[in-house]
Amino acid sequence: MLIRRPPDIPSSEITDKELYLDRRRFLGTAAGIAVGATAVGATLVGTHRADGAPPAATAFPNLRRSAYSTSETPNSYRDITTYNNFYEFGTDKSDPSENAGTLITHPWTVRIDGDVKRPQTVDVSTLMRWSPPEERIYRLRCVEAWSMVIPWVGLPLAAIIKRAEPTSRAKYVEFTTLMDPKQMPGERTGLLAWPYVEGLRMDEAMNPLTILAVGLYGNVLPNQDGAPIRLVVPWKYGFKSIKSIVRIRFTETQPINTWNRAAPNEYGFYANVNPAVDHPRWSQATERRLGEFRRRPTLLFNGYGDQVASMYRGMDLRKYF
Amino acid sequence: MRAAVFSWLKAAVFLLCLGPLLRLGVLAYTGGLGANPIEFMLRSLGTWTLTLLLVTLSVTPVRRLTGWNWLIRLRRMLGLFAFFYACLHFFTYVGIDQFFDWRTIVADIAKRPYITVGFASFLLLIPLAVTSTNAMQRRLGGKRWQRLHRLVYVAAAGGVVHYLWLVKKDLTQPLLYGLLLLALLGLRLAWRFARPAPRVAVSHPPA
Repeated sequence: MLIRRPPDIPSSEITDKELYLDRRRFLGTAAGIAVGATAVGATLVGTHRADGAPPAATAFPNLRRSAYSTSETPNSYRDITTYNNFYEFGTDKSDPSENAGTLITHPWTVRIDGDVKRPQTVDVSTLMRWSPPEERIYRLRCVEAWSMVIPWVGLPLAAIIKRAEPTSRAKYVEFTTLMDPKQMPGERTGLLAWPYVEGLRMDEAMNPLTILAVGLYGNVLPNQDGAPIRLVVPWKYGFKSIKSIVRIRFTETQPINTWNRAAPNEYGFYANVNPAVDHPRWSQATERRLGEFRRRPTLLFNGYGDQVASMYRGMDLRKYF
Repeated sequence: MRAAVFSWLKAAVFLLCLGPLLRLGVLAYTGGLGANPIEFMLRSLGTWTLTLLLVTLSVTPVRRLTGWNWLIRLRRMLGLFAFFYACLHFFTYVGIDQFFDWRTIVADIAKRPYITVGFASFLLLIPLAVTSTNAMQRRLGGKRWQRLHRLVYVAAAGGVVHYLWLVKKDLTQPLLYGLLLLALLGLRLAWRFARPAPRVAVSHPPA
């Protein structure tokens, strides 16, 4: 026989009807907040998208397109030229666009030396004729977890290296930024060990994705973006892509790059974009593409795995971060 | 100070405290927040939280140095504004930057020391805001209320550490906040050890 015992707590005691109805209201409110946040976010990211058109693309009349370019929509010229990490001109993102006017980019020579057959000093205009300029629309992922899509104009570094004729001892390439505190006020501070130095392994430097950029949006590279000539290594964090280069040196030993020297536990030599290897202080799993509201997942090698993953086969990417 | 003058002053301070939010609104509307507006908002709301915390903490020393006792009657409002900006900062992170991605948010709070410290400091401010009313002051009693509200020192220190740990290299700004905080706390310590504290009624509800 079933003896129905009254529950010791009547259901009306468990959840107050008022509260019960309140929950629906709460869910409604929560949904409202989510919609509101979307609206605020969309307004925030939307307001700057429309403007910021680049100047007419006239500097490179015979610009070649490249199969290495992404079909993603590039960020606005304004985004690319007002949101920069270039500590030689200040540490705020807007500092370089405000201060880089002091940089004199004509004339500009690049010293090529180290383990090469013929050390030489070349004018940038000469160097630019060593290989026809190409448009390369690349993703750029900063170590600070934001990203952009940038239509560079550049020449494959491999073409320059072949021309420079490194000897068999050359295992690495070291790049150096201009050292001139008069033109680069940030170099008067002790913030980093100036001049800025970066480096690549020879196979990384020879990879067809690696370019020396001399232009942006079909025009001359603005000072704040590293004029007149800078490195672009799209599968590595942005700090590897050194700006305003005055020296390319071939070496047998691995160069010590500036950020590695500044904080060796946070920035390595390789600095390959890797969502699985966090910065000690923040996650690298997602990124904010400037101009977008929702964060997007970060891709291994910044999505360039097909072209570069083979170079790191068998390497512990956690150890060589 | 005459009551009428004080209420005008209080209204002016109230509006002044709304200024940073108003500025963000205007900048958002005119597209002046730069290429990364969400980061701009987060940064701005965070630094204003810290600024207002320091302003709140400077009420007692300034009052003691100048003898302007009416300052104390602005302190609650200043503290609540600090909490207001802390809330905006937190909800911008949760609702806009991470868009309610709870898994990431929880992982961030657990794994990232600068977020852990920031979140803990935010939590510490909640009981202070809750017990900021006259009724709560009376209920807790002056002594206990005062002891509880010393948590603001910890929260402010946590805020500075939160800022220090998130910066990549240029520590100038967070160190500046840290120095100011040290000065404000140092003054209190110095006074405490210099001579027995004068009997200043702290807990009396403003008229």
